[in-house]
Amino acid sequence: MSELLQFLLSGVTVGAVYALVALGFTIIYNASDVVNFAQGEFVMLGGMTTVFVHAAGAPLPLAVLAAIVLTAALGVAMNKLAIEPARGAPVVSLVIITIGASIFIRGAAQLIFDKQIHSFPAFSGDDPIRIMGATILPQSLWVIGGAVAVFIGLWLFFTRTLLGRAVLATSNNRLAAQLVGINTTFVMTLSFALSAGIGALAGVLVTPITLTSYDVGLGLALKGFAAAMLGGMGNPKGALVGGLALGLLEGLTAGYISSQYKDAAAFIVILAVLFFLPQGLFGRKSTDRV
Amino acid sequence: MKTFLTTTALVALGLAGPALAEIKIGASLSATGPAAFLGDPELKTLELLVEELNAKGGINGEPVELIAYDDNGDPNKARTFATRLVEDDEVVAIIGGTTTGTTMSILSVAEEAEIPFISLAGAIDIIDPVKPFTFKTPHTDRMACQKIFEDMQKRGIASIGMISGTDGFGASMQAQCKSVVGDYGITIVADETYDPKDADMTAQLTKIKGTEGVQAVLNPGFGQGPSIVTRNYKQLAIDLPFYQSHGVASDGFIQLAGTDAAEGVRLPGTALLVADLLAEDDPQKPVVAAYKAAFEAKTGTPVGTFGGYAHDAFLIMTDAIARAGSAEPAAIRDAIEATSGLAGTTGIYTFSPEDHLGLDLSAFRMLEIKDGKWTLVE
Amino acid sequence: MRLTQKSATLLALAVIVALAPLFFPSSFYYRVGALIFVNGLAVTGIVILTGWAGQISLGHAGFAGIGAYACALAPVHLGLHPAGAVLLGAAISAVLAWLVGRPILRLKGYYLAVASLGMGILISMVLNNERDLTRGPDGIDVPDLGLRGALKAAGLDLSNGQFWYFFCGIALLLGAWLALNLFNSPTGRALRALHGSEIAARTVGIDVARLKLQAFVISAVYASVSGSLLALQNKFITPDVAGFMHSVEMVTMAVLGGVGSVAGAIFGAAVLTLLPQVLTVFAEYEQLVLGTVMVLVMIFLREGVVPSILRKIRGAGE
Repeated sequence: MSELLQFLLSGVTVGAVYALVALGFTIIYNASDVVNFAQGEFVMLGGMTTVFVHAAGAPLPLAVLAAIVLTAALGVAMNKLAIEPARGAPVVSLVIITIGASIFIRGAAQLIFDKQIHSFPAFSGDDPIRIMGATILPQSLWVIGGAVAVFIGLWLFFTRTLLGRAVLATSNNRLAAQLVGINTTFVMTLSFALSAGIGALAGVLVTPITLTSYDVGLGLALKGFAAAMLGGMGNPKGALVGGLALGLLEGLTAGYISSQYKDAAAFIVILAVLFFLPQGLFGRKSTDRV
Repeated sequence: MKTFLTTTALVALGLAGPALAEIKIGASLSATGPAAFLGDPELKTLELLVEELNAKGGINGEPVELIAYDDNGDPNKARTFATRLVEDDEVVAIIGGTTTGTTMSILSVAEEAEIPFISLAGAIDIIDPVKPFTFKTPHTDRMACQKIFEDMQKRGIASIGMISGTDGFGASMQAQCKSVVGDYGITIVADETYDPKDADMTAQLTKIKGTEGVQAVLNPGFGQGPSIVTRNYKQLAIDLPFYQSHGVASDGFIQLAGTDAAEGVRLPGTALLVADLLAEDDPQKPVVAAYKAAFEAKTGTPVGTFGGYAHDAFLIMTDAIARAGSAEPAAIRDAIEATSGLAGTTGIYTFSPEDHLGLDLSAFRMLEIKDGKWTLVE
Repeated sequence: MRLTQKSATLLALAVIVALAPLFFPSSFYYRVGALIFVNGLAVTGIVILTGWAGQISLGHAGFAGIGAYACALAPVHLGLHPAGAVLLGAAISAVLAWLVGRPILRLKGYYLAVASLGMGILISMVLNNERDLTRGPDGIDVPDLGLRGALKAAGLDLSNGQFWYFFCGIALLLGAWLALNLFNSPTGRALRALHGSEIAARTVGIDVARLKLQAFVISAVYASVSGSLLALQNKFITPDVAGFMHSVEMVTMAVLGGVGSVAGAIFGAAVLTLLPQVLTVFAEYEQLVLGTVMVLVMIFLREGVVPSILRKIRGAGE
């Protein structure tokens, strides 16, 4: 019993990490139909910037703030320099552009920072919390709390605010959105800033658990991407559920089947879900225009 | 000095082959990519040593030129760069191969071109069977397993659990440990793995913890994985002796795992980590202290075992070139094979035609972390 | 006489393969050339899949892995000649592509991307984890093809680098010839119709699902053979050949050069294969440069370098 609970807690911890990364994908996808493969680099930048600003003497909260603001600024720059100019390009070109951007950011990070592995202290100490014979670290609660808070924030944003609806409108039909007076350029800028900021926040929260280095982005992006797809791209609920489901799947597979093939189990389930629900669990139905 | 004079005389007579002008040594290292954690300090070490050597006048008065390429840890690229070093740069010797995969790629190029090659990777296949031009400086992962099992035997441990990384380092050591464990009367009752990028290993550790009869746990791996495993080990309050591999033998590991979690962890390490604890008459003391001081002054990061491997490879190479009095690849090869009693950071090297590693188990020292510091066991 | 695009491409390629060695500063460049040809073969498959049929794959390195490991394992375990192993690898890749392709090709855009990515990761995971068979992440030796020795006995003594340069060059020519024939066949025309609009293609009676599957299988065979040639050439292979980054590399080469044209894709393969060799002096900046090139080309030369430039030339000529 306590074993099962530990597998579940392990799964939730990992799943919350994936969910936070996946949530970052949703906004940009909603605004522009672009899947941003550089999302993992935002997560890396959040962690690494905090480490280095903190090491330079700034208190941790200030370092965190600096990391989020800087990363958000970089997200805006990426939109202006790489995404806006490529408007209307086919999916494969956009995939290459965002992968190119991620390679660029990784290359810059290894020059500006270093190639070592880093961490900073957990926010609420390292003493595990015991629940019926199983344990979880306080930092995991921070990550889970962060994922839930971001989810609620996004859900409110997209359903309750004019701006959030403007983002959705831009995604559905850019021209129509412009015609009804939505400043679509601003919407795009905002979504990149938000996505990058959420990515950086994710990086800050997970670093005490996963540690960080200049090349953690790709692995996180792939898992986050898979989680977002599993849940259904563009839906915050999908990102949250997809991330947690992926994490639980890995934890339970490692616990009961084989730790060697836990990633395989995750991808097999994703393939199976996409086979029966080609839009993911909560994805939007779309029809082709002729 | 005597050798130097003889060499000059020979060169004057045109007998010693090409003159020692600009001795070109090539390197292909994984300075970026998944093994950057190892390759980066290796490259910095080589650069540092070349600088130092040339400032002192080079080898027998001839400067050394280092031509280093970054293979990203990709064996295919490593082969291309090895070909380039041999056919385009015309180096007389090659150091490198951060990982076993890249080493195997460089190895076949070096053997075919008959260029001496010193590898920095762990697997035993590199030098067993012995290939004429290939040498290596790190202990084999089999030796690490043997050292650990020896220590377990002394503590009366008979059944263990293993949790290994699925990267080349972890997987290779896992296989080697399983092949020698029987010699020590120890059985592996739980055998788990994790992906090097995983965020949490409590599921695997819980399984090991719940396995009947586990008396100790061994974690072969490098990079951030072992740090996370160590933290999770403490999180689950597993109260069994815990062994790490030489893959994390660096101060960085203690920092990342946390002093608390790392307390009591044992691993087979090299003299480099315990420079201050070495006896004054320890033959490795001067070389270890000098390298540690120079590396830490130049890079601001603590020395680790892997940079030490590059240090030793360069030491063996330059020592051999000096003794050969020639930059002919064949002469360098012969001189490397004749290396005897050379103290490096990893151990004291004595090569022979049958042994291209030149270290025995005594080069490993069993270390234990106490209060955030490395201490020598026994 | 006016050359068709097909014969112009093949002729140019043949001339380059034959004459380039005259300009090599050292024998090392045979190695680079051979790598360009091997990559060229893989991206020719991507042209068929992505350029003509309009389908994305981020998992094709998986098929290269199958081709490569077939050459490492089949001679040892099945007693096959390495040349037979190349065919076996291609056959396995084709069957796997056929099985996997049927469900995943129903997906579109990013969903197809993630499904193919999952497939590639699964293949590379098996190669990494099944140590007893594949020897795991440290890699495995590949037997010698034996052809170079046979040529030597017949009086043609080539160095290892020269042999693989010409062997892979001929393989690429063959691969390009087959692809260009396909382009001009009814299947090729149907493929391009499919790329234009799937629904339109369906309404004129094209069996869309079957056609996509054909393109997927053919491109898998190209990737597999390229993996085999890489393994035979290096005489050693690791699971990296099936890794995600290798899949990305294939697509990037094809798209940078021009995914709609065989010549463009091969040009892309040449540029990206040469890039790390050119940038060794600035190895630290390699990733910065690569990332910048990828973004800039996609923004300013959307169809890829070669088609965009050809269009400009034609535009100026008219």
